[in-house]
Amino acid sequence: MKDYVKIIAIVWKDIISEIRSKEIGGSVLVFCLLVVVIFNFAFQSDEAAIGLVAPGILWVSFTFAGVLGLNHIFAAEKENSCLEGLMLCPVERHVIYWGKLIGSLIFMLVVEAIITPIFLALYNLPILLPGLALIIVLATLGFVSVGTLFSAMAANTRAREIMLPVLFLPIVIPVIIAAVKATGLILDGEPWGELWTWLQIIIAFDVIFLVISALVFEFVIEE
Amino acid sequence: MRYNALFGLGLALMVVALYLVFIYAPTEKTMGDTQRIFYFHVAIAWVAFLAFFVVFVCSILYLWKRAIKWDIIARSSAGLGVLFTTLVLITGPIWARPAWGVWWTWDPRLTATLVLWFTYIAYLLVRSYAVEESRGARFAAVLGIVAFVNVPIVYLSIHLWQTHHPPELVSDLGTSMLVTLLVSIAAFTVLYILLLVRSISLVKMEMQIKRLAQEDARLNPRKE
Repeated sequence: MKDYVKIIAIVWKDIISEIRSKEIGGSVLVFCLLVVVIFNFAFQSDEAAIGLVAPGILWVSFTFAGVLGLNHIFAAEKENSCLEGLMLCPVERHVIYWGKLIGSLIFMLVVEAIITPIFLALYNLPILLPGLALIIVLATLGFVSVGTLFSAMAANTRAREIMLPVLFLPIVIPVIIAAVKATGLILDGEPWGELWTWLQIIIAFDVIFLVISALVFEFVIEE
Repeated sequence: MRYNALFGLGLALMVVALYLVFIYAPTEKTMGDTQRIFYFHVAIAWVAFLAFFVVFVCSILYLWKRAIKWDIIARSSAGLGVLFTTLVLITGPIWARPAWGVWWTWDPRLTATLVLWFTYIAYLLVRSYAVEESRGARFAAVLGIVAFVNVPIVYLSIHLWQTHHPPELVSDLGTSMLVTLLVSIAAFTVLYILLLVRSISLVKMEMQIKRLAQEDARLNPRKE
């Protein structure tokens, strides 16, 4: 069986189990929305200030929701001893990584696709922004690349819900910085020049950490 | 014997460094005497990065060779790295307050150092929270590699975001200042090596005690 077939099998398994159990999708969505709303009260309702902090609010809410979603990737596997089952399959370890990565990427993108228009509407910002979609996809890819690795790690420790953010938030700080800056530029309608620098950072991060995470993943899930 | 020789060297270097820093080095014209902390601050920062580089190399070696000695060195170096980074984050603001008027700015070097501090605290935490020791060692090794690769990226992204740290002073330094700085760096590097050696032997002794306790429990089972 080709590798990509195995990867699709893993992705499909995750999608089906999520659709059937509805364990995490709904609550992550609601949580994300709540964070967006609560941040509104954290800042004075000053029109000019909102423009400055809006990108930050969006990405903080994605980060928090992301941590919840990422925790789930391996927590459920661990609880039901499915991880051993996965490892018994005749697949190379990095195939599991790619499968889990794509599954959580799809999950995060669905959440973000729903939240972003609502967010833009709540803060009275222009809604149709293809550039924003590009940033969100690339930055989310960076998030889940290290997030999947650390989710597997945290699932095997005590206090796993808190270990994941502690482990992975410092690592994704460059992505958050770049994503917030780039989002701010897009919302202000800036030209592509400066935006490209930030996109380059996100893309570089994605490439570097996708490769590294895929390489070291096997060390994390081995028994 | 070698340790004692190194200890003597370290002690001598540190005494010389103290003399150089406080007496020999000229007073800097704009910042005055508060500038003298710079010699310690830079030396400690250098050692902190050296410690994390050692963690990086030993993490790779541990995952590759699986010899426990690499893990022991990595864990000791990480502890020292956190210690020295904490000192950097303390001496920095002490200097910043009189020099720039603020305790902290979110400029590249400071923020990158803070992020580094967090990642290596996470390194120590993942060891404590792991279910078993060997797993903790493996996870920590993975984190050691990922975190170190991340450092230049963090630095670059914050650099693009803002710039405030004083520019590299080394090229501007007069010879007496440069000598002071180099001696200070040498003194702290030797200190790091001494502490590392001590820490490694401590870890080995702990492991031996644990082994002996397990042997004892096996040979003399307690009757409940």
